[in-house]
Amino acid sequence: MTIEILLASAVLAFAVAFIAGLGRVSRFAVIRRVTAVYVELFRGTSLLVQLFWIFFALPAFGIQFSAFLASVVALGLNYGAYGSEIVRGAIIAIPKGQTEASIALNMTNFQRMRLVILPQAFRMMLPGFGNISIELLKGTSLVSLITLTDMTYKGLIIQNSNISYTMPVFVTLLFAYFLVALPLIILARKLEKRSAKGVANA
Amino acid sequence: MSWDWNFAIEVFPEILGAIWLVIAITFGSFIVALILGLVLTFARRSSFKPLSLLVYAFIEFVRSTPPLVQLFFVYFALPAIGISINKYTAGIVTLGIHYSTYVSEVYRSGIEAIPKGQWEAAKAMNFSKTQTWFRIILPQAIPPVIPMLGNYLIVLFKETPILMAIGVGEFLQKAQLIGSTHFKYLEPITIVGLLFLLLSYPSALLINRLEQKSNQAFTGKKNRRLTNQFHLKSGA
Repeated sequence: MTIEILLASAVLAFAVAFIAGLGRVSRFAVIRRVTAVYVELFRGTSLLVQLFWIFFALPAFGIQFSAFLASVVALGLNYGAYGSEIVRGAIIAIPKGQTEASIALNMTNFQRMRLVILPQAFRMMLPGFGNISIELLKGTSLVSLITLTDMTYKGLIIQNSNISYTMPVFVTLLFAYFLVALPLIILARKLEKRSAKGVANA
Repeated sequence: MSWDWNFAIEVFPEILGAIWLVIAITFGSFIVALILGLVLTFARRSSFKPLSLLVYAFIEFVRSTPPLVQLFFVYFALPAIGISINKYTAGIVTLGIHYSTYVSEVYRSGIEAIPKGQWEAAKAMNFSKTQTWFRIILPQAIPPVIPMLGNYLIVLFKETPILMAIGVGEFLQKAQLIGSTHFKYLEPITIVGLLFLLLSYPSALLINRLEQKSNQAFTGKKNRRLTNQFHLKSGA
């Protein structure tokens, strides 16, 4: 269950990160403003509060999510907001000359983004995305508080059934999370190295 | 059902009442993080290899496991081996330890930005190790990273709601209790969200300004690199 939530919310988070990140550098002030409000709203409040709000408060407006969907939406939107800052940071870090060169080559705005800016910016985003996915994994443990049976919740159930299991249960749980995080850490490092290949130190 | 102003106004003071507890926990754990972070930084740089490797493993482990599970470990599992602490201490200790690993990374980036010449000069002046650290290195390494530390203070503040899991009566726990007694969750939880926004957004702006000021004060290539590093690392 933890992995399911992790994957589903990671997909949502990265999609949201790109949309919001591009929105923050949009030509249209309205889009910039709207995405900025979204990002600040989600970065300014706690993930757990957002999770509770989506699960407990939204039904008041007639929008009832299942616990799973609420978790994925909360995690996706929260980390999407953090991710969008990474996307935005990477895009504005691309030297202006690149934009000017693409204009000189008569590229459309879309071509410029897709062919010139993003490929270079993407390399800069990788370390940040690696960190975000680990943060996301850590965030998934919170869903146990809205009674979704993820790893943490299962641990609590076992611990409740027999109090003498307390110590081994939580030690196992900690190592289990670390084990899930390990491939993410290694993958993030590898990607970072690979994308740095063949590029002069930026 | 929609937003009920009377109910919101009625429950607002009750939720706001938790503010001192939240502030106490935030600053308490931040102090733990600042001190322990420094200890971890020193241990990580120790020339005694096993210690530095052990600390490295500890930092990676703590950073990549959920604070919620760590909280359960401290509060539920430690009493099993005879270390029993109350829920407030457990919360402060857990958050403090968790963020000390982040803080130590911040210190590290600050220390690594100090030019080698400073170390050499200290050696040439026959400074002892302690003198070098406390009179030469740290006074130069810490001020540029203060804005980053401030950022982690805000992150830590936003992490306090997880303490509701062990029954610490902070904002969200209060809201949850009110919600379950009145069967109305919308108002209390929205108030909590607004409180967090109201407290963290202005502080974030303040720290942003501080960061710009300190960038002006500590201009130089190394400092720019330092802030870049931070932007990539600040996923939390």
